[in-house]
Amino acid sequence: MATQILMPALSPTMEEGTLAKWLVKEGDVVKSGQILAEIETDKATMEFEAVDEGIVGKLLVAAGTEGVKVNTPIAVMVEEGESAEAAPAPKAAAAPVAAAPVAAAAPVAPVVSTTPDWPEGTPMKSMTVREALREAMAEEMRGNPNVFLMGEEVGEYQGAYKISQGLLDEFGARRVIDTPITEIGFAGLAVGAAWGGLNPIVEFMTFNFAMQAIDHIINSAAKTNYMSGGQLPCPIVFRGPNGAAARVGAQHSQCYAAWYAHIPGLKVVMPYSAADAKGLLKAAIRDQNPVVFLENEILYGRTFEVPDVADFTIPIGKARVARAGRDVTIVSFGIGMTYALAAAEALAKDGIEAEVIDLRTIRPMDTAAILASVRKTNRLVTVEEGFPQSSVGNYITSVVMEQAFDDLDAPVINLTGKDVPMPYAANLEKLALVTTDEVIAAVKKVTYR
Amino acid sequence: MAARKTPEKSNISADELLKYYRDMLLIRRFEEKAGQLYGMGLIGGFCHLYIGQEAVVVGIEAAAKDGDKRITSYRDHGHMLVCGMDPKGVMAELTGRAGGYSRGKGGSMHMFSREKHFYGGHGIVGAQVPLGTGLAFSDKYKGNDNVTFAYFGDGAANQGQVYESYNMAELWNLPVVYVIENNQYAMGTSTKRATKSPNLWERGAAYGIKGEMVDGMDVLAVKAAAEKAIAACRAGDGPYILEMMTYRYRGHSMSDPAKYRTREEVEKMRSERDAIERVREMLLTGGLASDEDLKAIDKDIKSIVNEAAEFSKDSPEPALSELWTDIYA
Repeated sequence: MATQILMPALSPTMEEGTLAKWLVKEGDVVKSGQILAEIETDKATMEFEAVDEGIVGKLLVAAGTEGVKVNTPIAVMVEEGESAEAAPAPKAAAAPVAAAPVAAAAPVAPVVSTTPDWPEGTPMKSMTVREALREAMAEEMRGNPNVFLMGEEVGEYQGAYKISQGLLDEFGARRVIDTPITEIGFAGLAVGAAWGGLNPIVEFMTFNFAMQAIDHIINSAAKTNYMSGGQLPCPIVFRGPNGAAARVGAQHSQCYAAWYAHIPGLKVVMPYSAADAKGLLKAAIRDQNPVVFLENEILYGRTFEVPDVADFTIPIGKARVARAGRDVTIVSFGIGMTYALAAAEALAKDGIEAEVIDLRTIRPMDTAAILASVRKTNRLVTVEEGFPQSSVGNYITSVVMEQAFDDLDAPVINLTGKDVPMPYAANLEKLALVTTDEVIAAVKKVTYR
Repeated sequence: MAARKTPEKSNISADELLKYYRDMLLIRRFEEKAGQLYGMGLIGGFCHLYIGQEAVVVGIEAAAKDGDKRITSYRDHGHMLVCGMDPKGVMAELTGRAGGYSRGKGGSMHMFSREKHFYGGHGIVGAQVPLGTGLAFSDKYKGNDNVTFAYFGDGAANQGQVYESYNMAELWNLPVVYVIENNQYAMGTSTKRATKSPNLWERGAAYGIKGEMVDGMDVLAVKAAAEKAIAACRAGDGPYILEMMTYRYRGHSMSDPAKYRTREEVEKMRSERDAIERVREMLLTGGLASDEDLKAIDKDIKSIVNEAAEFSKDSPEPALSELWTDIYA
């Protein structure tokens, strides 16, 4: 019986890919395990194998086609003497792809910026967060010979998430350094290199693995300027994906924003848009202090408008009003902005105008921006993916309680991930994460609707 | 360790030997004074004295050149004095005063001098090893021929990050000399109770790193070994491991009841193996210095240390506004 071959999901967060090359042609007899095609995702180029033996009846998607959605039929396999027409899709294949919980979110978020990060009329270009991060590093490396990148798979592999793609070719192995799997070792080494006069960018494959290195981030990088009476600043960036990806379980799905935000001496940045990713990473690399730069795997592939100007930076420590409104303030950062903005959009249809603040920097926090908004709206909901106890939202609440108590017309609600280790099962994972519906419900609660 | 042998003839100059004597004596007298000030309540918290181990840092530094870097653990006073940091500033940091190297905000375990290339002063056992490896990385990156000395103890030698550092240092041929100061006790745990590997330096062999064991109570042996290790590093053939067999006469810190070893053991070391006495004997028996010469040095050192102590008492406490400075650069 003829069967369809579907575009496979080759990573936990893959939504689409490029069918780079067919290695078989119509009429070929293939064996189980034979390589059918090369598929390029935003992370890597992968070989795609045949599961069963059969004859290639028809190739449905031409080599070189970009943006082929996961689960799109790409070929039809037939048995001898069979026609390739009207092959039914294999039933089972559809299930695993629903994995990415945010797959449904709009790829380009509706953004209304009221803060002039760049002047009106600035030329813009579309780029993904991934490209923005790469451009930021490349530009800073071109400008300062003491900037170098080190981490696992940043060089020859071109980056576990392709953030550093092409950097080895441009800058060579002296400045794009593949490390062994040795987080505490290379984190400590990089801090020493910063004291020695260099400007290291340390990529953690994910921030989950930075737990191995957290002693150097906190005890060595963050505290030494103070302990040395200002003699030994540590200009270093620790960056990499943070928070939940999709279906990777408890040890690989955790937001560290609150952890690092706790530490004096660190700056903590967590961008949402590509413009902020680029502008803030450039600022972080130039900063004389250690900066923990928290990215998000799910956001890497999202496209945003980025100013197309030379040397574009965003100052660390400045929040952005992503959407103006009068009825309630929603404060979020990183991927939380996805839910905050989607909720604001939906609420607007119900006549509730939410002001959405993208913190961008968690430490030092732009509390003035939050307070100004709360004084206007008198209501506050915070949205983040981390755990509830001692969350970033808890801190924001305490600041607002102390400084704007009389302005509040309702108790503040802190929306967070649930107080559980991240489960693997798709339905449970969805339940564990904060959702747009929860944001909408929280806003309705604080606005008494 | 064997009992002390009669010092061998050496072509070392009187000036050189006198300098080592002086440097070692400065550390010892400084540390004795620090112990006194601690007893008087002028120094607080943790205070780890270097008494007994003086030959290690003096021998290593004797082979260093301008621009070489050093980093160590919390037992750091000796390292600072020998690399040229001002005893007044070190003592005033111990007393937590504004005249201290960190303006009173670091304390005994956390002092630094960018000018003298002293990078601390680290309180987390073993952390200085990757940090020092990174200092060496910066020199290699810049293409100069400077070397970093990363000092750590036998206790730190069991931390995993030491071996992560070894691996990268050899992989990238970094100019770092790992100086293991094996004083035989990690706080109260003897090396025999902490590991079955008898020679810590040999662990480097697993990564392809050259190394050797050195009599850390003999400043000339230390210097000779350091010269060899440094030459290898400057020639691009680093890293190198030197395991210094040494001994601390005092407790791990000031609050150490020292129940893990006998008084006799300590006394035997002091009387038979003391590094300062050894050089003193060489100077006298070799006719390189007279009793009077040495007495003059003793007197000079005493006055330097007394001045440092006075300074550390007179220096004011840091201004309250200092609480909020230097958090960010």
